Amino acid sequence: MTCTEFLAQMTDYFDGQVEPELLSEIQSHLCECHHCEILVDTTRQTIRVYKNHQVYDLTEEVRERTVQRILAACTGRKSVSASDQR
Amino acid sequence: MPTVAEQTGTEEVHPDVALVEAARNGDQAAFEKLVRQYDRQIFRVAQHITQNREDAEDITQDVFMKAYGKLDQFQGNSKFSTWLTRIAVNESLMRLRKRKTSRTVSMDQDVQTEEGSIPRDFADWTPDPEQQYSSSELGDILQKTISGLSPGFRTVFTLRDIENLSTEETAEALGLSVPAVKSRLLRARLQLRERLSRYLKRKDGSVRP
Repeated sequence: MTCTEFLAQMTDYFDGQVEPELLSEIQSHLCECHHCEILVDTTRQTIRVYKNHQVYDLTEEVRERTVQRILAACTGRKSVSASDQR
Repeated sequence: MPTVAEQTGTEEVHPDVALVEAARNGDQAAFEKLVRQYDRQIFRVAQHITQNREDAEDITQDVFMKAYGKLDQFQGNSKFSTWLTRIAVNESLMRLRKRKTSRTVSMDQDVQTEEGSIPRDFADWTPDPEQQYSSSELGDILQKTISGLSPGFRTVFTLRDIENLSTEETAEALGLSVPAVKSRLLRARLQLRERLSRYLKRKDGSVRP
């Protein structure tokens, strides 16, 4: 297996969706090719670090305000306070 | 017209199906539960695509308001969260198109580029990036890095790797084929890896030949 051939299979390899025969070829390639071994390791780290560290999130205050606005607009339920209105 | 429950049968029905059915029949508490279940996810998707917090807040409201108006159209063939995500992606792309400052405005723009398709940096990374930077420093690095990707790439990465949608769900939310999602995901991951490598590779000079 060449590095290009491995790259074409990398997404399925990460998803555990390669057939046993192909998996064995990939594993052999990774044992022999240090560049691809590093590629796999650092790509896994890329995914992990983004998963573990949410870049964006709603603060509780904004979240509550947003939920109240949605409910007021959709169901006619009154917002918790007048300051919630823009 | 058959109900969602009748269409999907009684086996393995996702709990959201009952909540949607109840919300459709005017149960406000059921709708609130759905909102609170997915508001943060919708907000994150919107901010990843638009890269703008105020837009993302507005989009979060718009998505649930649109969804509420279209509850009758939810067939239960996909997960409710995937259906919501599809609305969020469309709303976010529309918002990008309206903003003149945005360089790219479509899921397809820039995806033909070969940038990042061929890995070039084979340096080892520090084993624990979280130890190398403070939480806020790392947050800034991750934000700066993902914002450099085109919307088509960062959307696929966000849905698949950050929000944990399956490849099939991501394809459905984006209106793409499964092979197209796989191809874009590979390139998004490679581009992010290449860009993050500047910050996370070992500082002791152990760059591989």
